Amino acid sequence: MYDTIIIGAGMSGLAAGIRLAYYDQRVCILERHSTIGGLNSFYRLRGRDYDVGLHAVTNFTPRGARKGPLARLLRQLRFRWEDFALAPQWGSLIVFPETRLRFDNDIELLRSEVARVFPGQQAGFERLLGAIVDYDDLDEEAYRLSARDVLGGIVADPLLREMLLCPLMWYGNAREHDMDFGQFCIMFRSIYLEGLSRPLAGVRLILRNLVRRFRQLGGELKLRSGVARIEVQEGRAAGVRLDDGPFLEARQIVSSAGWLETMRLCGDVRPVDELAAGQLSFCEAISILDRQPAELGHRETIVFFNDSPQFHWERPAALCDPRTGVVCSPNNFLYAEGGAGEHPLRDGVVRITALADYSRWATLPDEVYPLEKLRWYDRLLASAVRFVPDFRGRVIDTDMFTPKTIRRYTWHDNGAVYGAPRKRLDGTTHLPNLFVCGTDQGFVGIIGSIVSGISIANRHLLRG
Amino acid sequence: MTPAEIREEVLDILENIAPDEDLSSLEDELPFREQLELDSMDFLDIVMELRKRYRVQIPEEDYGQLASMASTVVYLEPLMRDLEKVSR
Repeated sequence: MYDTIIIGAGMSGLAAGIRLAYYDQRVCILERHSTIGGLNSFYRLRGRDYDVGLHAVTNFTPRGARKGPLARLLRQLRFRWEDFALAPQWGSLIVFPETRLRFDNDIELLRSEVARVFPGQQAGFERLLGAIVDYDDLDEEAYRLSARDVLGGIVADPLLREMLLCPLMWYGNAREHDMDFGQFCIMFRSIYLEGLSRPLAGVRLILRNLVRRFRQLGGELKLRSGVARIEVQEGRAAGVRLDDGPFLEARQIVSSAGWLETMRLCGDVRPVDELAAGQLSFCEAISILDRQPAELGHRETIVFFNDSPQFHWERPAALCDPRTGVVCSPNNFLYAEGGAGEHPLRDGVVRITALADYSRWATLPDEVYPLEKLRWYDRLLASAVRFVPDFRGRVIDTDMFTPKTIRRYTWHDNGAVYGAPRKRLDGTTHLPNLFVCGTDQGFVGIIGSIVSGISIANRHLLRG
Repeated sequence: MTPAEIREEVLDILENIAPDEDLSSLEDELPFREQLELDSMDFLDIVMELRKRYRVQIPEEDYGQLASMASTVVYLEPLMRDLEKVSR
């Protein structure tokens, strides 16, 4: 009999597990995949390490900062700032036709860029900053407002609005076309007011720290242990039935499988509203270069591009949508390591992410799927080099993942990276001892999902 | 435990929760919130640490009693007076 069973060994499940094990609960994390990480995982291919998910860790605050989500989660999990080894970005770019806005981890750069590129919009931008600082995270009514409506009432220039929205939607919006105002404020703070960073070893370092801490505290982690069913008895969750048959009993259960995915696991919820599933998934074209991207003139950490004045954030009516994308280079962070002029990341890496449609990728015939991957790899690069130096002659290895890949390893509906549009901020379900955490609870990204696990553990599971 | 030992224990818990805080200048009569960068999550940790270390159960309606060092010690004294301080 466990005190708590956690479904899913991603960031949120591991963080919840640490909190509970630290306070002496008997905890078991069940993960269907053969490794940990969930939507922020990693793999090795032809001798090289790749990250899935993580482009950059948001919410960067420097050593010694006591405010903000990063400081809070370090305190809650009893980590030191150094444990995450976060290196800040060099600087990033939002690029629309004929218009560019630079930003880095100091809001002054974005402020001066707005003044330079959009003279006359400074007062509106300052009012927006004020509204974001004033936004109360706990106000659920304000959370659901339309970010486009609220923004429209504050910033007059439509192009500036679109450009500010672009990175925030890219890094954490589950909703098509528009964004919840609460999510907009959270993302604005985490990207523009705090900032972007990355550990040299990528997502592996963060996951390794989390899993090591969880085990030190006596937590159990079972890989290749998918949950087939949550057994419900007399209106309570009694335990879980694993894919291969065994039953594990628990006093309480928290699931990071996603809202609909969790409802489907409960035998007593019929029908599950399939239309509420998230629709937004990604393809990523990864290129390994024979030199550093900076040697080709590419010095941006992240480039968010969009090829028209209007930013379209929707499920594509094709396999991918090449109109907008993100170009990330893990080389372009201010790593402390490495000496004698050597970059600590030996290979140059450029990752290009584009919106993609799960159902189109999932229904391709087996023999066509690899061909479409190749075709779209080329198309996504062709689209990206309109906005960054053409690196295509320097590519020595490639990989590409699709929504089908994401679905296969995370079991999230539609490979929806940011989950379902409707978030369950309080984490409760129809059963008194079943809770949800992770993407569908409301917080996304690395820091967001860790905070999600911590807050659901604190709010519901530690008191039980 | 004496009130002085309880105070020392609470300080140790605060140090554990917020290793970056300078606790040497903590004013016992002032609320923690005004002096330390603590949020509600951190307050829960004070309660949980006391439960973990001493099996002291603090009901949620009493969390307000833990606002300052002085009020915390007064509140905990009857609950902890018969307990031995755990050396660590």
